[in-house]
Amino acid sequence: MLTTAQMALPLEGLPETFAQWFEARGWRPHAHQLALLEAGRQGQDTLLIAPTGGGKTLAGFLPSLADLTQGGDQGERAGGSGGRVRKSIHTLYISPLKALAVDVARNLNDPVAEMALDIALETRTGDTPASRRQRQKLNPPDIMMTTPEQVALMLSHKDAAALFGGLRFVILDELHALTTSKRGDLLALGLARLRSLAPSLTAIGLSATVARPSQLCAYLAAQRSEHRLSELAGLITTSGGAKPNIQILRSGERVPWSGHSSRYALPEIYQAVRDHAMALIFVNTRSQAEMLFHELWHINEDNLPIALHHGSLDVGQRRKVEAAMVAGKLRAVVATSTLDLGIDWGDVDLVINVGAPKGASRIAQRIGRANHRLDEPSKALLIPANRFEVMECQAALEAAAEGAQDTPRLHAGGLDVLAQHVLGTACAQAFDADVLYREVAGAAPYSELSRETFDQVVNFVATGGYALRAYERYARLRRTKEGLWRVAHPRVAQQYRLNVGTIVAAPVIKVRLGRRRASSTRPGKTTLSRGGKVLGEVEEWFIEQLVPGDTFAFAGQVLRFEGLREMEAIVSRAAKADPKIPIFEGGKFPLSTYLAERVRRILGTPKEWKRLPDQVANWLAIQRSKSLIPRVDEMLVETFPRGNKYYLVAYPFEGRMAHQTLGMLLTRRLERAHARPLGFVASEYALAVWGGRDIGQMIAADHLSLSALFDEDMLGDDLDAWLAESNLMKRTFRICATIGGLIERRHPGQEKSGRQMTVSSDLIYDVLREHEPNHVLLQATWADTAQGLLDVARLGGFLKRVSGRIRHSHLERVSPLAVPVMLEIGREPVAGEAQEDVLRETAEQLIEEAMRG
Amino acid sequence: MAEQYRLSLYAWESEAPSGVLSIRVCGEQFEAHPSGALYHGTERTLIVSDLHLEQGAALAARGHLIPPYDTHSTLDRLARVIAHFDPVRVISLGDSFHDVGVAERLSEEALTAIARLQAGREWYWIAGNHDPDLPASLHGHVVPSLQLGSLRYVHEPVAGPAVQEVAGHLHPAARVSRRGRTVRRKCFITDSRRLVMPAFGAYTGGLNVLDRAFAPLFASSDFTVWVLGRDDVYPVTKRYLQPDR
Repeated sequence: MLTTAQMALPLEGLPETFAQWFEARGWRPHAHQLALLEAGRQGQDTLLIAPTGGGKTLAGFLPSLADLTQGGDQGERAGGSGGRVRKSIHTLYISPLKALAVDVARNLNDPVAEMALDIALETRTGDTPASRRQRQKLNPPDIMMTTPEQVALMLSHKDAAALFGGLRFVILDELHALTTSKRGDLLALGLARLRSLAPSLTAIGLSATVARPSQLCAYLAAQRSEHRLSELAGLITTSGGAKPNIQILRSGERVPWSGHSSRYALPEIYQAVRDHAMALIFVNTRSQAEMLFHELWHINEDNLPIALHHGSLDVGQRRKVEAAMVAGKLRAVVATSTLDLGIDWGDVDLVINVGAPKGASRIAQRIGRANHRLDEPSKALLIPANRFEVMECQAALEAAAEGAQDTPRLHAGGLDVLAQHVLGTACAQAFDADVLYREVAGAAPYSELSRETFDQVVNFVATGGYALRAYERYARLRRTKEGLWRVAHPRVAQQYRLNVGTIVAAPVIKVRLGRRRASSTRPGKTTLSRGGKVLGEVEEWFIEQLVPGDTFAFAGQVLRFEGLREMEAIVSRAAKADPKIPIFEGGKFPLSTYLAERVRRILGTPKEWKRLPDQVANWLAIQRSKSLIPRVDEMLVETFPRGNKYYLVAYPFEGRMAHQTLGMLLTRRLERAHARPLGFVASEYALAVWGGRDIGQMIAADHLSLSALFDEDMLGDDLDAWLAESNLMKRTFRICATIGGLIERRHPGQEKSGRQMTVSSDLIYDVLREHEPNHVLLQATWADTAQGLLDVARLGGFLKRVSGRIRHSHLERVSPLAVPVMLEIGREPVAGEAQEDVLRETAEQLIEEAMRG
Repeated sequence: MAEQYRLSLYAWESEAPSGVLSIRVCGEQFEAHPSGALYHGTERTLIVSDLHLEQGAALAARGHLIPPYDTHSTLDRLARVIAHFDPVRVISLGDSFHDVGVAERLSEEALTAIARLQAGREWYWIAGNHDPDLPASLHGHVVPSLQLGSLRYVHEPVAGPAVQEVAGHLHPAARVSRRGRTVRRKCFITDSRRLVMPAFGAYTGGLNVLDRAFAPLFASSDFTVWVLGRDDVYPVTKRYLQPDR
């Protein structure tokens, strides 16, 4: 555990109790722990970047523990050790996961108890009973472990100023996982508020390695609005530890052309599990986790204890798996990103990543889950599911060797989140708009927020912000004589507290195993009642597409959908082994721009191919002889006939999301060029469009210009026109409208009542878009859609990149490179006017039947 | 693609030939319009139901500040349907206003728009449960129900099957599922003796026709729904319908 560097460190600054504690365990504090202690003592906001296993969490708490024990904080205590009365929380620890907050509280309790420190530690999450929350307000603990939503909730209470007035430290754990989301926006605003309530507080951020540490440093510091991100927290980093040992599976089997199942590698995955004490098997989606788990047990001759862990499973079941891991009772766990974050789950000696790595940082964090010791190399095995993924794995492996990072950039904060924060602030106390604006602009994600937009948001919160000022009489916020904004009615605050939070996950439905029992009304029949156990939750949209009798894999078993009762999907165990509905989640993480560029480089540099498995290298060699290989800075477009259709396949390598958008826009343009496009399908790497006219011939004969087709101007009118008809915006609007407080979060049990009372957000969207397209909520919706669903910025970058660099290859038949995306056709739902088709086809069927009859 | 099979009923605002497929209720013939309006050609009568005007304002009064443009939007759509059919008689089948108290403050602009639609037409406001009384500033006849031909036009369906009526109130909607995709839309529902209209208002939602509220009205359970598409109205039989959760 000890390195020579650490041995030489002086222990100055470490309180005696702490020094003794370290010594008693034969440990010495890490350099970064002491550095952070000193920074904390000086009140310097600081970011600590350290890999998992580096004693990061303890480091984060050292300044706070030292301050609490060395009496820098005595003013807050009265009555001596017996009857401590604390009015304000001393340290707030905020984690992205409830489970992590609980885990850290548990881990911190040990040293606190062993050092016999007189410190009260408590957690507060959504699960904390109301009575305890109430007590926490009256008699707060020294250290509170909580989540961003709970901070927002506490800040909206009238006693927030007292509760946080004496706050000394805020510790933000796993900061890299928070900052690029709406929760990160909410937390940034909360931090700005806390600073106003407790001007002397010190912010400490803990993070895994990221591409741009300065952005996280800016996030931790209070910004001055005139200069963008000019204020930075201090930065402490540790040396990276041993380089990981990463291998790509060189399978004896044939690597598939397409698909994401990795079934071909099952025996090899199983063998790897056999050869190690404890393997973590990461996959990208829940459906892959279910499938892989299912298949592994199929071939589990040795009956190895292999478990399943993903976010949809029932919490109780997840905790059981976690406990078994910590106890060393498992040999392998198949998991999704729910296990990505820094909870310590025991001695993992191999990480297997099945499928595409997607990003260099992402894969590095996953690999970091193996071997929680800094000085021993982590061991990882990458399993590509198809041939393109082989190249992606190679790119990730090279990136990891260089320690390259590609975490996403900080984004501009959401206006819907700001609206929620403004209302919450007013719930606590009346605010002055000038003061609040300066405070908000001090939060890094909002440092570029204009005063005008801020005022729009305040107006939105107050009266809906409509140009037609119809709702003045129903205002939620009113101005006092002194010009302060206050809530108009106590009911407003109640409504706010019911709806606070930024995670509007897709609505989920519980999956409950039904119990069969004899029917009371129909003798001889059985009915399925509720009352069986809950297996977990799935997204509402997935359940919506099922009809009773459909089978699907979930919670490690094949289930038959029986029907919906209230808010629950009732299922039974299916007799059939093969689930009928295979997919219930697409990959959420797009291939990172950085990794994509490396993949293009590998593809465009034939002498690099020898590092790839032979079958993949051969595949590329055949591509070179049959069609062509684009250079790194070029984009290849191939055209060829197949069946009675004509295909155009482009290879942008920009991820499925950007390709979907591109496909929508390209088909519109092809339509205008009379190329009669019929459909398209997008993969992570390529895009295939097919149509009724020979597109290749049109290009060759100069009837169609590729550079015009891929011109940047498609992101203007074409995008607007398409969005006007698409459902994407509506989906996002529903989320923004809920976060912004325009519509209420749906609570279980409310679903059926009040049919005429609640208005569907789709209808509101239609009306608002028609009458006030620049409304602040539509601005928020557009920003989210462009970023989260369309990848417009990436598409723009791509169009610029390939401008003048498109190579066209007009072929007589499909090329080797095109095969993978061609195989996706039929597997992926073809994008288009699906909704109207459903109705049309159903009606057609009716007519067909009528004709037959 | 499937153009040759496409059911051309009434493309929204186009001069589509009428009567390709029509709804018959008790021998009377109607055209269903994708906006949710119903047109009786021989009587030259247009029927709309559950306009719920000023629903936005009524919800704002309860603290939900949803956009105040719904009245404008609903009247605008109604104006376009009226321009399309040019009826001599219009029946608004009840719940024309979401909340009469709020509707008393109807804007001048809305009042003018309504008066313009009424000009030169017989206009009936059937009383609904939301609007037993109507704003005093409105023209038109306020009646509890109206008999026209063999059918009675009323807001709330009379309990029990086999009544010759056209009603509203229930806001019927259908969920149609096919090949893993599901669509939920407002619809007309009829068993050819009774017809229940979809709600016309911009913010009005829908109740699934498989909900038990519909069961006593169509006891034979042999009904057809006419689902509102973007450009067409699509007939769908019961076997393709899905319940909501």
